[in-house]
Amino acid sequence: MKLDMRLLRIAAGAAALGLASIATYVAAQPAQPKEKVIRIDAKRFDYTPGELTLKKGEAVILELTSRDVLMGFNLPDFNLRADVVPDKVTRVRFVPDKTGSFTFLCDIFCGSKHEEMNGRLTVVE
Amino acid sequence: MTSAINRRQFLQLAGIGGVGVVFASALPGVAHAAGQDDFYFVQLSDTHWGFEGPPNPDAKGTLKKAVASVNAVDQQPDFIVFTGDLTHTTDSPVERRRRMAEFKDIVGGLRVKDVRFMPGEHDASLDSGKAFKEFFGATYYTFDHKGVHFIALDNVSDPRALIGDEQLAWLAADLGQQRADAPIVVLTHRPLFDLAPQWDWATRDGAKAIELLMPFRNVTVFYGHIHQEHHHMTGHIAHHAAKGLMFPLPAPGSQPNRSPLPWDPAQPYKGLGFRSVDAEVKEAACRITEYPVVKA
Repeated sequence: MKLDMRLLRIAAGAAALGLASIATYVAAQPAQPKEKVIRIDAKRFDYTPGELTLKKGEAVILELTSRDVLMGFNLPDFNLRADVVPDKVTRVRFVPDKTGSFTFLCDIFCGSKHEEMNGRLTVVE
Repeated sequence: MTSAINRRQFLQLAGIGGVGVVFASALPGVAHAAGQDDFYFVQLSDTHWGFEGPPNPDAKGTLKKAVASVNAVDQQPDFIVFTGDLTHTTDSPVERRRRMAEFKDIVGGLRVKDVRFMPGEHDASLDSGKAFKEFFGATYYTFDHKGVHFIALDNVSDPRALIGDEQLAWLAADLGQQRADAPIVVLTHRPLFDLAPQWDWATRDGAKAIELLMPFRNVTVFYGHIHQEHHHMTGHIAHHAAKGLMFPLPAPGSQPNRSPLPWDPAQPYKGLGFRSVDAEVKEAACRITEYPVVKA
């Protein structure tokens, strides 16, 4: 079989994406007393708040809720995701281990503007 | 484009104005289908029928133009595949069915009557594929053509972008019937690999499907979802994304959001198109050709 490997190698290189680190993920556990709790409310088609700023190395508990339908909360750069179920609080413990600006998004298709349902996490020193 | 053109001219169209590219690639293993004729099929994707908005001022005309372009070829493909997002999503079950009916009516104008449909998340994720099944049948299935085994996978009826254990078991059972050197083509909507998880361009359990396919030496995947041509290898398995037919999307990770690229009045239909896949049995090669919606 003839295969244009040069083109494929270029495409493969451009598409290469990696997860730089792994976040700690504990679902449905109560918040520890000293850890900051951040509530994120999802509804079609946004999160409130849509922008978060956290400190590197500082543990937080994300409390995720949905006002309408089943949503996802996915922070791919930290390998963190959770289902966000209506009428339920989903708790995720998160310790950002790198600085930068990162996208979080809904990864459960929820309607016409699903593709626009994302937010931004900034992690500072 | 209404006048008939021959197959060679059809191929040449790809190069006109730089809007198409002939991409030499492999449909590996086709050579093993001894005694079979060459054939080609056409892949169309992401027609998003029902979409309205500035990214495509000709939203109601683009699909019809693509159908006319395919019909204008004198040597017609053996069959045609639509790899998902036939319709643009709507919350209304009534409107969803109306869009599917209109889409089906338009593509019913294709000269080739062997047409295979796959769902996209816009078609199937809000009702678990119920309306799609009513209009187009099963959401995952296999068929064989001139020695090539085709597998249509559904990674959208579950809105979590999962193929799911049941379908994976079905896939494993089907592959269990294939030779290790069988030519296998997988058709699906989402990328099976993590192309851009930040944009939801992935299938959550796609790695399981790839793992099942890895023992087979001659596997090629054609998919849609990302509205642009893209080529990627996972090991020896090639994955080829197709352009869409409503609006193009930006290159993976090239901008903060995956919003549609703006319509360019100077270059209407730029970034839109479809492709043919040639299985050239005797030459043991295969050719992917990208086409614009209309002749430049």
